[in-house]
Amino acid sequence: MLTIGPHEFQSRLLLGTGKFLDFNVQREAVSVSGTQILTFAVRRMNIYEPSQPNFLEMIDVKRFTLLPNTAGARTAEEAVRIARLAKASGLCDMIKVEVIGDMKTLLPDPIETLRASEMLLEEGFIVLPYTSDDVLLAKRLQELGVHAVMPGASPIGSGQGIVNPLNLSLIIEQSTVPVIVDAGIGTPSDAAIAMELGADGVLLNSAVSGAKDPVKMALAMKLAIEAGRLGYEAGRIPKKRCGAASSPLEGISVT
Amino acid sequence: MPDLIINGDFVRVPESVKTVTNLLAHLGLDRQVVVVEINRNILGKNEHKDKEVRNGDRIELVHFVGGG
Repeated sequence: MLTIGPHEFQSRLLLGTGKFLDFNVQREAVSVSGTQILTFAVRRMNIYEPSQPNFLEMIDVKRFTLLPNTAGARTAEEAVRIARLAKASGLCDMIKVEVIGDMKTLLPDPIETLRASEMLLEEGFIVLPYTSDDVLLAKRLQELGVHAVMPGASPIGSGQGIVNPLNLSLIIEQSTVPVIVDAGIGTPSDAAIAMELGADGVLLNSAVSGAKDPVKMALAMKLAIEAGRLGYEAGRIPKKRCGAASSPLEGISVT
Repeated sequence: MPDLIINGDFVRVPESVKTVTNLLAHLGLDRQVVVVEINRNILGKNEHKDKEVRNGDRIELVHFVGGG
């Protein structure tokens, strides 16, 4: 069970809704992924094309918890405004704080992220900041009272997987709130490793939407996250430098 | 004819558009999830019906799109 603020989830996969080429494929991918949390961005409507298709209108919104992001914000103030707009929809109380500080790497601005999180907590949001994998930043966010921390595995959309497993482990070990590994996941094994490290969940988008077969990849991610979680709960064996036989060394029948 | 600035564009709407609800219907956006901000004030959904739109209002109409 994944608990974020007042919300409880069976699934530990949070799925982004960006960059899918086909709404029907997307709907099927969402369905097989088993996800209960969908992320969205807030953008201006095209007022000249009122019938423009919108994924949100193609799904049963009540079956999912919506996690809008503040993508596009460069400052804490901009992030707060986007969060308020999202909340005014009446569809959600959670917000993914995403304040990008550099358009080349898309890495989050730690200071603006911290400021935005503090301001949004004061306004009563359920706050999930997307952060770098800085251990102390995660701690400071947690001390503010955020409801989960979401360190990146590697830059958004890079598919590089977990570039700093040590930092992620340290964040997870110290954390008193759920840790959701967000961004940079490329393969099911990346997601499984995040879960084996003890993450409470994984948020991914491009790895599924950009896959040759997004539906199959959505299922692969679901299974990988479940496998990784089970492995973490089961507890891995210690690594040894030499072999340790699985079969008995006595009673060998030789002629 | 009121002139509005909607999402950064000048838009002329008929006199019959008195409220936000009228405006959304006029634009054909009344069946979608849409959040309205007028002159930097964000409206709750329940405010659309009574909130008047006036000449020169700066209006933002936003919605949820795909994102990660």
